Amino acid sequence: MDWQGQKLAEQLMQTMLVAFALVAFLIGYWIGSFQMMLLIYAGGVVLTTLVTVPNWPCFNRHPLKWLDPSEVDRHPRPQPVKSKKKPTKQK
Amino acid sequence: MHSFGYRANALLTFAVTILAVMCAMASFSDNLNNPSPTAEVKVLSINWFQRQPNGNDEVSVTLNISSNLQSMFTWNTKQDAFNGFFLVGSGSSYCRKDDRNSASQKVFVFLAAEYATPMNSLNQVSLWDGIIPSKEQAKFWVHTTNKYRFIDQGNNLRGKEFNLTLHWHVMPKTGKMFADKIVMTGYRLPDEYR
Repeated sequence: MDWQGQKLAEQLMQTMLVAFALVAFLIGYWIGSFQMMLLIYAGGVVLTTLVTVPNWPCFNRHPLKWLDPSEVDRHPRPQPVKSKKKPTKQK
Repeated sequence: MHSFGYRANALLTFAVTILAVMCAMASFSDNLNNPSPTAEVKVLSINWFQRQPNGNDEVSVTLNISSNLQSMFTWNTKQDAFNGFFLVGSGSSYCRKDDRNSASQKVFVFLAAEYATPMNSLNQVSLWDGIIPSKEQAKFWVHTTNKYRFIDQGNNLRGKEFNLTLHWHVMPKTGKMFADKIVMTGYRLPDEYR
């Protein structure tokens, strides 16, 4: 996934899980069935997994623009500067 | 979120955390319940009242215990999926049999006699207990002799006044178990052995 896709997937996942949890709790409390609450929530978790975890094409609409190989020669890699002074010794 | 495994892990962790929060809310919702239980016990007869060879008094009583604990059951109370039949008869206490050995708890109930003696300031003797598997069976009456023996530590029971207390423990599906009781006063044992 590209960056935009990852952000979208994360937001979707959090929103969907919280929404399903709220819906499941309210329905379960209203009809008085603990088991129904758990079932609705489990269904919500499975649905969220199917939507956000696999690498769907909608998460890849902003692909990363990698640098062209010919650019590498025009911008040489900077060399690390070697320091000659040792900072602790003083004579 | 860069890989399949990372997303699956994040999702599962978050889902389980939310599940824990939901269970906490469900447990908290039990506090919104205002229960109004009732109970009444009649001592129908004192079958016998003897002093044992080791010096302790023992009583056998026949009781009629009637109670309505339906308001204790909430959506968060453990219940059986399968209801069996129960045996009620004189001489046997309220018990329940079913085919599956489902050990799921429901509401535990027990009846205790409380009295004071010179030796112990408070004695509590359990006379009967039972399990209520579901809300429908929480309104019940039982006609039984005491399931457990009513034996004193000493010989102080002649003419003794005692209270009968019905205790119950409500088992939740998630959260804290809570217990309460109803005290019924005004019972008295006979003055002489029978």
